[in-house]
Amino acid sequence: MALPKVKIDTTEARLNALSLPAAAGWTQTARQDALSRVTEMGLPIKRDEYWRYTDPTALTSVEPVAASVYASENGDVFGSTECLHVVFVDGVFDAEASDELTLDGVTIERLADSQSADIHWAKDLFGALETAGQNPVQRPLATLNTAFATDGLIIRASGKAAKPIHVSYLQTKTDSDAILRHLVQVDAGAEVTLLESGPAAARFNIVTEVSVADTASFHHVRAQGRDHERRAATAIFARLGTESAFKSFTMTANGVMTRNEVVIELTGDDSIAHVAGVCIGAGRDFHHDDTVFITHDAERCESRQVFKKVLRDNATGVFQGKILVKEGAQKTDGYQISQGLLLDDDSNFLAKPELEIYADDVACSHGSTCGAIDETAIYYLRSRGVPKAEATDLLTLAFLAEALDEIDDETIAETLRDRLAIWLERPQG
Amino acid sequence: MLEIKNLHVKLEEEEKQILKGVNLTVEAGKVHAIMGPNGSGKSTLSYVLSGRDGYEVTDGEASLDGEDLLDLEPEERAAAGLFLAFQYPVEIPGVGNMTFLRTAVNAQRKSRGEEELSAADFLKVVRERAKTLKIDADMLKRPVNVGFSGGEKKRNEILQMAMLEPKMCILDETDSGLDVDAMKLVSEGVNALRSEGRSFLVITHYQRLLDHIKPDVVHIMANGRIVKTGGPELALEVENNGYADILAEVE
Ligand SMILES: Nc1ncnc2c1ncn2[C@@H]1O[C@H](COP(=O)(O)OP(=O)(O)O)[C@@H](O)[C@H]1O
Ligand SMILES: [Mg+2]
Repeated sequence: MALPKVKIDTTEARLNALSLPAAAGWTQTARQDALSRVTEMGLPIKRDEYWRYTDPTALTSVEPVAASVYASENGDVFGSTECLHVVFVDGVFDAEASDELTLDGVTIERLADSQSADIHWAKDLFGALETAGQNPVQRPLATLNTAFATDGLIIRASGKAAKPIHVSYLQTKTDSDAILRHLVQVDAGAEVTLLESGPAAARFNIVTEVSVADTASFHHVRAQGRDHERRAATAIFARLGTESAFKSFTMTANGVMTRNEVVIELTGDDSIAHVAGVCIGAGRDFHHDDTVFITHDAERCESRQVFKKVLRDNATGVFQGKILVKEGAQKTDGYQISQGLLLDDDSNFLAKPELEIYADDVACSHGSTCGAIDETAIYYLRSRGVPKAEATDLLTLAFLAEALDEIDDETIAETLRDRLAIWLERPQG
Repeated sequence: MLEIKNLHVKLEEEEKQILKGVNLTVEAGKVHAIMGPNGSGKSTLSYVLSGRDGYEVTDGEASLDGEDLLDLEPEERAAAGLFLAFQYPVEIPGVGNMTFLRTAVNAQRKSRGEEELSAADFLKVVRERAKTLKIDADMLKRPVNVGFSGGEKKRNEILQMAMLEPKMCILDETDSGLDVDAMKLVSEGVNALRSEGRSFLVITHYQRLLDHIKPDVVHIMANGRIVKTGGPELALEVENNGYADILAEVE
């Protein structure tokens, strides 16, 4: 089927402004393949089924829309968490600010550095999960990332990582346009945690491919916060082996536009995948979109999606979540909940929960709610002397609590709760 | 302490007059009871005094130690020393009972310019006061009133009262849904708080509670007004003869 003209034009203009790395080494083939795939499918436009609630224009334009630089007075969310800290500034690796890339149980290298070689173990991973994740729903921004990613981390955990890896993305330029790619291989029995924080750039396109081998586990916690004007399209593609675990949590405040996609394939029996997120947003420009697609292709796997959004002052929240249970994926346990809390009459929560099941012995449930704050509870709190704003914050945190409970590591969960409380106190600050 | 004059209240959304000229003065250190048939406006009076939305004061006034209550926000009324033990305590999923109590105590301290209590100090006081009300650690941890039995909810109200140490306590049918033992616990909790500087307005349907919390003055409310005022013997009269005689008498 011929692509609409606007799609062809958008794609051509954007791709012409980018160039493949001169010496791409082992990534060369995948990048060239990605370039032809993205040319063929075209970049997203508003008319596309999966972009109906989120206008991709600013994510596909030739130049990024300028975003002022936000200096947090609270420091990095994970700044004082015991981690291996890695820093990218406007999408460029900052060796000075980063720890040395050595960690017990893990090897870490930079994608840009690795390309001097023609052979690399990650060759089977780079672009492979992204390509597999294009079916049945196209994700052209991720394909664009495969072709043009400038840098990122290649992480291979062969044992239990001594501490989490924290990637901090700083923004210093109002017009930075970053495309980063991480590749994560967690070998059988190994464990690693990836933390991410910071605005990164005026416009940020980031893709992470994660292969979790049998009995391995991968944890991911991300804070996208307070960076008022940045636009981000993120995608995680994960493939899970037998008895493995994948858990990802994202907390977002502000940001003009965020599209977080997570695509997971449960390919080994008895594996579990949890994806959760909270967002708080205010203002007409605030637009936050979680798009999740979980495929059960093995027996006795468990998946959970828990998403909560607090919106006010004309903000928009979107959730598109799907559980696909393939034939033979018996005893699947799938759960999905998405909830919007609207603090006024002007905000929007748009949810599209989907279940598609081809196995007969499964337990899947999904729910989506959208409502206002409980006025009776507010009155009750006020009658005890709690001022209205504080009462609202308390109930807002209570609303978000269920999603935050999805984080396994209590120290990290507490770090996020504390930061969330600060964000709530002065949401515009 | 509490002074209510000619209070007229209608529903905000409807042309329905509920309070039709309530006059009531509660002196410091006294216990007043309000009895009356269902629907006579007792809860409405307590809600209006505490500042709930949905009601419109069309005439009259209400003050606490000379301070006009009706102009204040609900939290300001609480800070001024007013407390309402709800007839139907509100459930708040996701907020732990302890967090709720601490937030309330500290908010009030803050509004009075006092330092917030440290977590340790607070814990000590809560545990002590909870114990006398037979509120266990589990009830303190659980979300506010969620899954509490009727009696647990009412005891939880009294715990809040004990922690906030208000000077004007309004108890709206705190006895409803209580068995004999729970009634005793709650009454003891209330009696322990009785002091010279603290007044109580005990709203109840039955005389039972007044056996435990001895009132100084008893009012009968009917159809949005206080129709009769007397001593404790008035409550006994209601108990023995019901409201019909009294109402017929004042018609
Ligand atoms: N929010 C409301 N909406 C409609 N009717 C109300 C409302 N609040 C009170 N009323 C009515 O006002 C009258 C008094 O109610 P209430 O104060 O609850 O009485 P009591 O506590 O003495 O039983 C009743 O007829 C009740 O139905
Ligand atoms: Mg009542």
